[in-house]
Amino acid sequence: MRKLLIWLPLVLFLGFFGLFASGLLRPDDRIITSKLVGKPLPAFALPAAASDRPPLANMQLATGKPRLLNIFASWCVPCAAEAPQLMALKQAGVEIDAIAIRDARPDVDAFLKRYGNPYARIGLDARSEVQIALGSSGVPESFVIDGRGRIAYQHVGDIREDDVPMILNRLRSAK
Amino acid sequence: MKALLALLALMLSVPSFAQSALPPAPYADRQIADPALEKKARTLMETIRCLTCQSQSIADSNASMAGDLRSQIRERILAGEQPEHIRAWLIERYGDWVSYEPTADPILWPLWAAPLLLLGLGLLILRGRIKRRRP
Repeated sequence: MRKLLIWLPLVLFLGFFGLFASGLLRPDDRIITSKLVGKPLPAFALPAAASDRPPLANMQLATGKPRLLNIFASWCVPCAAEAPQLMALKQAGVEIDAIAIRDARPDVDAFLKRYGNPYARIGLDARSEVQIALGSSGVPESFVIDGRGRIAYQHVGDIREDDVPMILNRLRSAK
Repeated sequence: MKALLALLALMLSVPSFAQSALPPAPYADRQIADPALEKKARTLMETIRCLTCQSQSIADSNASMAGDLRSQIRERILAGEQPEHIRAWLIERYGDWVSYEPTADPILWPLWAAPLLLLGLGLLILRGRIKRRRP
């Protein structure tokens, strides 16, 4: 018994070493997904974020047809990088609404003028309240909303060029 | 001299991550007037994880989203909501991840059992020693 016990510290050391090594070698995954995927959108009604687009409420997202809800901000750099992909989606016939986080109307107007405006409606979430209610953890994020107003899919981060076909597929299957 | 100037320039540089230019939400950095309610809010905020800076609590973080969440928590506490209700509401949206408070989830049972096991082991060793001391 005593002889075996001598090996205990080494065994413990190797155990912890293995634990830390596996933690260090595992790729870093910091994406926090919303637990509301598969559930109805929370209720909200936001004022208009842009001068030439109507405001946004959750009821307007349940139109019997899947839509894309984009969370963006004029101060967010990856949101500008994602703009061409949103334009491509709009050209493919996707209806896109947006929520602008912690933003101001002149800034949103300038952003849309510079990078294009693919949005039908834009709500202004000046204090991130709807963003938090949606379980979203940053900008940009995109939610595929099905015809009944339920969240079918959440895309965290900007939509890259090679994500576009996948998003279209998600929209098609979210009937 | 040049090196000193460069050093000074470095000190002047602003943090480079993008943040909103909007001022913080009303209760982001302002305490509730009632100390009891403020304590309630503060205790909750210290155990809610910041979504932007993932190893800080929202009480410690300067991220704008953490400020918005602090303000929201204070406003909801002011409106009479219970801290545990707000925690449950957040967990419903972000999962257990968002709370630093361990839950009673089966996967955490070893965590709760560890102190008891260690205490038991200690008592066993102690008993062995005492027995040996007086043969």
